[in-house]
Amino acid sequence: MNKASHVSRVGRSPSRLNQRRFRAERRFRRLGLLGVVLALASVVFLLGTIFSSGYSAFWRLQFAVDIQFDPALMKITERPTAEELQEVHYLALFRKNLERAYPEVKKRSERRKLAQMFSESAPDVLRELVLADPTLVGETRRVWVLASSSADMIAKGNAPRDIEEKRRVLTDQQLAWLDQWEEEGLARNRFNTRFFTSGPSRSPELAGLAGAIVGSALTLLVTLIISFPVGVAAAVYLEEYAPKNRISEIIEVNINNLAAVPSIIFGLLGLAVLLNFFGLPRGTPLVGGIVLSLMTLPTIIIASRAALKAVPPSIRDGALAMGASPMQTVFHHVLPLAMPGMLTGTIIGLAQALGETAPLLMIGMFAFVADIPSGVVDQASALPVQIYLWAESSERGYVELTAAGIMVILIFLVLMNLLAVFLRKKFERRW
Amino acid sequence: MTLGRKLIGMTTAIALCAPITVTYARDTIQIVGSSTVYPFATVVAEKLGKQPNFNTPVIESTGTGGGMKLFCSGLGVGTPDFTNASRAIKSSEVELCAKNGVTEIIEIIVGNDGIAFSNSANSPKMNFTKEQLWKAMAEHGPKPKTWNEIDASLPNVAIKIMAPPPTSGTRDAWNSLVMKAGCKAVGKYEEIGKKKCAVFREDGAVEEAGENDTLIVKRLAADPEAFGIFGFSFLDQNGDQIQGSTIEGVEISLDTIQTYEYPIARPLFFYGKKAHVGVIPGMQEYMNEFVSDDAVGDYGYLMDRGLVPLETKTLSEVRSNISALKTIDQ
Repeated sequence: MNKASHVSRVGRSPSRLNQRRFRAERRFRRLGLLGVVLALASVVFLLGTIFSSGYSAFWRLQFAVDIQFDPALMKITERPTAEELQEVHYLALFRKNLERAYPEVKKRSERRKLAQMFSESAPDVLRELVLADPTLVGETRRVWVLASSSADMIAKGNAPRDIEEKRRVLTDQQLAWLDQWEEEGLARNRFNTRFFTSGPSRSPELAGLAGAIVGSALTLLVTLIISFPVGVAAAVYLEEYAPKNRISEIIEVNINNLAAVPSIIFGLLGLAVLLNFFGLPRGTPLVGGIVLSLMTLPTIIIASRAALKAVPPSIRDGALAMGASPMQTVFHHVLPLAMPGMLTGTIIGLAQALGETAPLLMIGMFAFVADIPSGVVDQASALPVQIYLWAESSERGYVELTAAGIMVILIFLVLMNLLAVFLRKKFERRW
Repeated sequence: MTLGRKLIGMTTAIALCAPITVTYARDTIQIVGSSTVYPFATVVAEKLGKQPNFNTPVIESTGTGGGMKLFCSGLGVGTPDFTNASRAIKSSEVELCAKNGVTEIIEIIVGNDGIAFSNSANSPKMNFTKEQLWKAMAEHGPKPKTWNEIDASLPNVAIKIMAPPPTSGTRDAWNSLVMKAGCKAVGKYEEIGKKKCAVFREDGAVEEAGENDTLIVKRLAADPEAFGIFGFSFLDQNGDQIQGSTIEGVEISLDTIQTYEYPIARPLFFYGKKAHVGVIPGMQEYMNEFVSDDAVGDYGYLMDRGLVPLETKTLSEVRSNISALKTIDQ
């Protein structure tokens, strides 16, 4: 269009109109950019807070004590049997050695304060050492034991040091011991392997995620075993066999709706049907897995149908033309081609299930389970539930554990999503 | 087709549960109940689990009322063996238990707990009477906006209180120890009755904060005007962030709670099924451990966690009750 007609129609000079349009354009772009920046900033802020309060949980303070494995103190003979060694009162052995190492600490209450610098696990460490190597009896050995959570937090700076004694987690004297040991090289920081090898504990320095990781893995296994075959079968039927009519449309709409149902509803269903009606054991990965599979089914069906739709009709026509039966067509040609898409959908669905807490609370997977579960009918907890349990514990040491737990679950989620991306990139074919 | 999917789902469920209900036996103790007793019960459970012959009991924090419901749902491996309670069992709950066949219930008092009325450690320390607390919190009271409207000696700051929800045993105890007494002190108890006395005001000054006491502690630390209500152990563990108010001039501490000098103190319990003792391994040992010298004696490990021990006389009574497996009267 030429300039003259433009001016006559709008009644403004073209340059002013263009300026307005350019301004609107710039505004729109800036708003979009602002949205992206805000989203990124909140992600960075979230990850930043979690990492800054959680990274310290991967290290634990340890103290060294010279332990004299004196047979007299252990109340055993020179050549003890394994049972005798098992029965020794190791707490007494530990306390006696502390008294020997710090003879200046005389009052009972002060000795207690000294013992409180160490984790409750100290006697267990001694027992393990002696049982692994019975020749230790009669020897003196420098043993590293975990520091108590209070000492650990002060050393890491997670609890304030410069406040009055009454409000601090350590007394003045305990603080002096801590400083003294750090100076003398009797304190060190080591990687917190317990975090990945043991179950939850009421002592923050002993608590680990292994039970929750195993619980989550067992739950997801049950979910996978149930939801993948059922989901794929439903998708194949709906896509390949079901007549396209009113009923199949209604089903399609309902599957989409099901994907949007709040997860707590599935939890209530599990409570009413699986626990109360079928009498399945409460709080087990079996029940958790069944409930979560109900939740992931729609996701899997939708993704699988999309994957089936993406297989070109020429493949089916070709197979059918060569004399393959409809079932052979599906299993020999369509399914293999759609499988990467289906697996991607399944992994995304499972990743969603991994982070789900609400339905698990309803079916009782919300308990303190210290032993690592060994099967799907053992009561267990799951990763998000464990994080929640830690978040509401009174001891301050759980703050860093909560954040560290979130880091672990985030890593699992990223890994699962990466696997999904990898499968898609590697195996997906485009026509 | 929906029918088809349902059928698949149901057959899977039935196929999965059929062999399990048959072979399912339990050798791990199951415990439910109060979130106040939970921190102590878990420590005892861990100690039991360290012994070579026993699994660590599984403990679910359901609140006192929820725990009673599960506990009283019947006998057998599908039901919990113990329930923790931050108040004594109600007669209605005993009846519910009896109706479902749970007739022999062992009651164990494990210690005492004080309910703290706390604010941020950076705010001034306060003293309240039960009457003042009732006036500040009750729906049928004067509903003042600021504390100095109740008493000129209190500061001119807005009333903001975070209280436990009705399912919590802490709330039950608060109702009977503070709301009832405060109501009586202002002379309204006869007039409006026990139920109305205990109703919290709903104009925003009192907020039900849920069972998450850690969250309350965090919010108290952040808001200098707010007060929170929770068990003594949370105050004990977070002394650098919050402080307990004195109630009628008495400081909250282990000693004042043990002697019940501190006016908002209550006993803590757990209940066990006698019929399960000897069937589920470790029940007797668990009860013994909970009241052992290691746990609740001088310098016991439960004291480190903020449990206020029983007086010696009560403790020996509790111990003899346990060894005799004495059940409560129906």
